[in-house]
Amino acid sequence: MKRLIALLALVLAAPLAAQDSLPPAPYAYNQLEDPELERKAHDLMLTLRCLKCQSQSIADSDAPMAGDMRHQVRTRLAAGETPDQIRTWMIERYGNYVSYEPRVTATTWPLFVIPFVLLLIAGLIIRGRLTRKAPAQEGAE
Amino acid sequence: MKRLRIFLWGLVGLALFLFGLFAYQLTQPKDEFVESAMIGQPIPAFDLRPAIADRPGLSSADLADGNAKLVNIFASWCVPCRAEAPHLETLRMSGAEIVGIAIRDREEDVNRFLAVYGNPFTRIGADDISEVQLSLGSSGVPETFVVDGNGVITYQHIGDIRADDVAMILEKLREAGA
Repeated sequence: MKRLIALLALVLAAPLAAQDSLPPAPYAYNQLEDPELERKAHDLMLTLRCLKCQSQSIADSDAPMAGDMRHQVRTRLAAGETPDQIRTWMIERYGNYVSYEPRVTATTWPLFVIPFVLLLIAGLIIRGRLTRKAPAQEGAE
Repeated sequence: MKRLRIFLWGLVGLALFLFGLFAYQLTQPKDEFVESAMIGQPIPAFDLRPAIADRPGLSSADLADGNAKLVNIFASWCVPCRAEAPHLETLRMSGAEIVGIAIRDREEDVNRFLAVYGNPFTRIGADDISEVQLSLGSSGVPETFVVDGNGVITYQHIGDIRADDVAMILEKLREAGA
């Protein structure tokens, strides 16, 4: 009985495992021959978001689509495009969402500015306290 | 003393504001769709081989032939594509010209899929490494693009087309000049 269940489970699991039927794109899992170019490719992949599994970069994801995106990155680099051109190409298609590296834009600038504003306010408060304390002690009873 | 009191009430107000903001944001439905930024742009140049024997392949030139079309991105391994099939058939019967792009698919699988769920497509291109899909800014299957007669993308529908989307898609197609 147990064996039958195990067998059934195996049979039923097969179609779930096969998300699509084609092998990965040539440069999805194969590195570029030139180590310097491959290093650039990897650095770039870390900054591009996988669109299927949205909390991973395409360097980290095993989704077929991430593999296809890695293929794009590697073949385009090998064809002489710069990492910036490839990033721009992706952003032109998917918007800033595809960028897995925070960028300063019209909506995100407060995130970068607020820490400095808070530091400034804290600094002013501390200065105010320190300078007020000395005369207050003199004037105490 | 009074200044301290005002300051404390200020803190309470700030905390209430933050909690209110969190409560509001947490109850908003999350939009997980990644929209294409290519709407309003001409379709990038491509030329795909036929996915099956009895339909021609698809190139960007076919999309700029003067007639507005639906470009349906699908795959035989995609479950929502099965649910969408009858509504694509309705669209075809209503006069929409539909061309398909089969993502990462084998000819025999596409044939089997179309035999079971119907074939509303006049052309089907095979996109084996999602190259055209990526160039359109599409992030999954199924997706449907409305492309006008000049090959400019005018609308993107993400996910399967449901029965109550059909009228809206036909309207978008009319706006594109079909």
